[in-house]
Amino acid sequence: MSKPTKQIHLAAHFPGVNNTTVWSDPQSGSHIGFASFKEFAQTAERGKLDFLFLAEGLRLREQRGQIYDLDVVGRPDTFAILSALSAVTDRLGLAGTINSTFNEPYDVARQFASLDHLSGGRAAWNVVTSWDAFTGENFRRGGYLPADQRYERARLFLETTLELLDSWRDDDVVADAESGQFLARPDAGEFARHDSQFDIHGRFNVPRSPQGRPVIFQAGDSDEGRGFAAAQADAIFSRHSEYDAGRTFYADVKSRLAKFGRSRDDLLILPAATFVIGDTDADAEERAAVVRRQQVSGATAINFLEQVWNRDLSAYDPEGPLPDVDPDTGEHTIARGRASVRRHEDPIELARTWRERAQAEGLSIRDLVIEVSGRHSFVGSARTIADAIDRHVQDDASDGFILVPHITPGGLGGFVDEVVPLLQEKGVFRTDYTGATLRENLGLPTLSDDEGAARAS
Amino acid sequence: MSTSSTTHLALALDGTGWHPGSWRDPSARADELFTARYWTDLVLLAERGTLDLVTIEDGLALQADDGLHHDPRTDRVRGRLDAVHVANHVGALTSRIGLVPLAITTHTEPFHISKAIATLDYVTSGRAGVQVRIGGRRDESAHFGRRELGDWSDLDADGQRSFANALFDETDDYVEVLRRLWDSWEDNAEIRDAATGRFVDRDRLHYIDFEGEHFSVRGPSITPRPPQGQPVVAALGHDERPWQLIGTSADVGFVTPKDDAAEALPTIRAAQQRAGREDDVRVLGDVLVVLDEDATRAAERLAHLNDLAGSPLESDALIYVGGVPGLADLIESWSAAGLSGARLRPAVNTVDLPHIVDGLVPELRRRGLFRSAYDGRTLRDHLGLARPANRYAA
Repeated sequence: MSKPTKQIHLAAHFPGVNNTTVWSDPQSGSHIGFASFKEFAQTAERGKLDFLFLAEGLRLREQRGQIYDLDVVGRPDTFAILSALSAVTDRLGLAGTINSTFNEPYDVARQFASLDHLSGGRAAWNVVTSWDAFTGENFRRGGYLPADQRYERARLFLETTLELLDSWRDDDVVADAESGQFLARPDAGEFARHDSQFDIHGRFNVPRSPQGRPVIFQAGDSDEGRGFAAAQADAIFSRHSEYDAGRTFYADVKSRLAKFGRSRDDLLILPAATFVIGDTDADAEERAAVVRRQQVSGATAINFLEQVWNRDLSAYDPEGPLPDVDPDTGEHTIARGRASVRRHEDPIELARTWRERAQAEGLSIRDLVIEVSGRHSFVGSARTIADAIDRHVQDDASDGFILVPHITPGGLGGFVDEVVPLLQEKGVFRTDYTGATLRENLGLPTLSDDEGAARAS
Repeated sequence: MSTSSTTHLALALDGTGWHPGSWRDPSARADELFTARYWTDLVLLAERGTLDLVTIEDGLALQADDGLHHDPRTDRVRGRLDAVHVANHVGALTSRIGLVPLAITTHTEPFHISKAIATLDYVTSGRAGVQVRIGGRRDESAHFGRRELGDWSDLDADGQRSFANALFDETDDYVEVLRRLWDSWEDNAEIRDAATGRFVDRDRLHYIDFEGEHFSVRGPSITPRPPQGQPVVAALGHDERPWQLIGTSADVGFVTPKDDAAEALPTIRAAQQRAGREDDVRVLGDVLVVLDEDATRAAERLAHLNDLAGSPLESDALIYVGGVPGLADLIESWSAAGLSGARLRPAVNTVDLPHIVDGLVPELRRRGLFRSAYDGRTLRDHLGLARPANRYAA
């Protein structure tokens, strides 16, 4: 018996402060002006994409003790821009990363409830944690959590926020001018939460929103992060956009769902994906090579290497061989404000592998960095890309992708105009929005206020 | 730009209006309070009247009749949307009017509010402001669980509320942080210098290194300096200490004159001078309006609203009940006394705002007291406030 054809989910990430973004290209627009965000969002909606995703920054990155100046620097406030975008879009989901460390549940809950009301049920929350004192220096309470408490706080933060959102029932606002009854009951919004992280009680002050709660996204990749996602999330942002790694990750995460009484369709797996479209496959390969060199300048390559080596490598020639010296495995101080530096669990081994590879293939520092960091997920003609995406999804390497163009805001247009119609032709992508809320468009089960409350407890 | 002799008009939006019975008015749209359409319609109407700005009330607890304590009433509007979110949504759909959401300084992070208001300024191309308010309710602090607040009955020897004064001190700090963060990027910091590969000139980005009693903030902001340089900071004051806050920290002060229109001015100007601020501070008088074709109809409407609410209207601000000419007279007399204009609190948004736009505004124009069209683009333009230099620029 053959598997039913899966419908692909597609979203678009407005790229921020990584070297993916080629800001030096003449077509590159503003990364802060509202017109850019509006164009990007309306392009995504024109393509019937599920949602727009916006990351968050809470401290400017630094390297070697100085503000990192080679990539795009600066971005708007996540919540504020999503609320503004809710005014210029009708169906597109609006997903934002909001940190659970430097916020309080009451404030985050009221902001998501407000966004969900203003957008008519299109809000989504990518829950992330931070534990570093570096970012904490911008927040009044200063030096934050030890690393071992961050998932605990994230878990309880999410539970607490959902409890607040579930403190109003759908029919609590009566607003009957005749009888004079505005609220159905005097205790609407009542909550109390006492746990290791939060000790709060009172009444939540935003009535229940169209979705009841935002769609919950999670991005962690560790065992703990996967468990957290399997228990709580509606979608997981994975970084496994490659076919084999994607299938392994997919199988692992989906297999964890049963333990929490959830079905395989209750959690979507959506890796980030970059793409370069060409007139032909060969043309696309050529373009991709150019883009990769734009993304990795000599200076960017040295900085990238420093993030693994945890040493000042500014004296090295990016067109020369890799450093002989081993990475410094002490406290990571060379680069601050980057999540990626923590991924290198064994930098000495990684450096050895890279040195061997560079030597064997005759790669300079810059060549090597392009090889290990600059690969695009999908390169080819629109037809090739549509086929590859469909194969990924039908083979359970993902449920779809979050597209990250390298030019903003215009870089999404080509995908929407050339690849989306081919997917629609194949019958694997919607030709129009099927629901009013993001939850409906993602095909996730809707939650009544009772179910919501039950799931939060 | 407006001249300083022009009267400034602000609109204060809260729920269906400032009369607790307003939501029961047949036109009030109380069942739409939590929709974007409701707020957009009101602000578009105010924009048609070329008002300087709209403030949007907010709070970190459910509304309560006595303003300080939780209540279990079910016959009043309870619940609201986050004002900063409403402002950003409406900001994308309007083109000229200033948008000034309220932020509570006692429980929120200045870094978050700074970038949210800077973003509002980008969304609106320079029409953003923020009204700062202390959060003195105990139930608000119980919602956050981070700090114990004192008691409003805790008066010190001079009859001053020392507990409240500490919150105002913190608010001065808070505004200082907002302003430093907005200045933490110089206007021309983004250079996109392809030759050197540098997106920004980091010498034009600045750590603010604020250290205060309640919070510390390192900076710089993650959001570049907003279009106005400094979005407009507003505050409401009823007494000496908040008037000082207005003089020290705000660009726009809302005061509540009842007998003496100019009562707050000496305190505000003295604080302004002590703070070494040469920039002007606009002071607007708050007035709750039940506005109608004539005084009789207005009085009838008020009586009916009082019946609906089950109690007579009370307010911290002057209550004006009457026709357009009388309200124009009041505003004119306030201008003569040295106020920069008025902030109008409609008793019922859907009734009194149309009277403001279609009655009061034309009347003030006839008297030469109010603009006939927006002549500037930014909120600072409307208010006749210059775009400030960056404190960190060399």
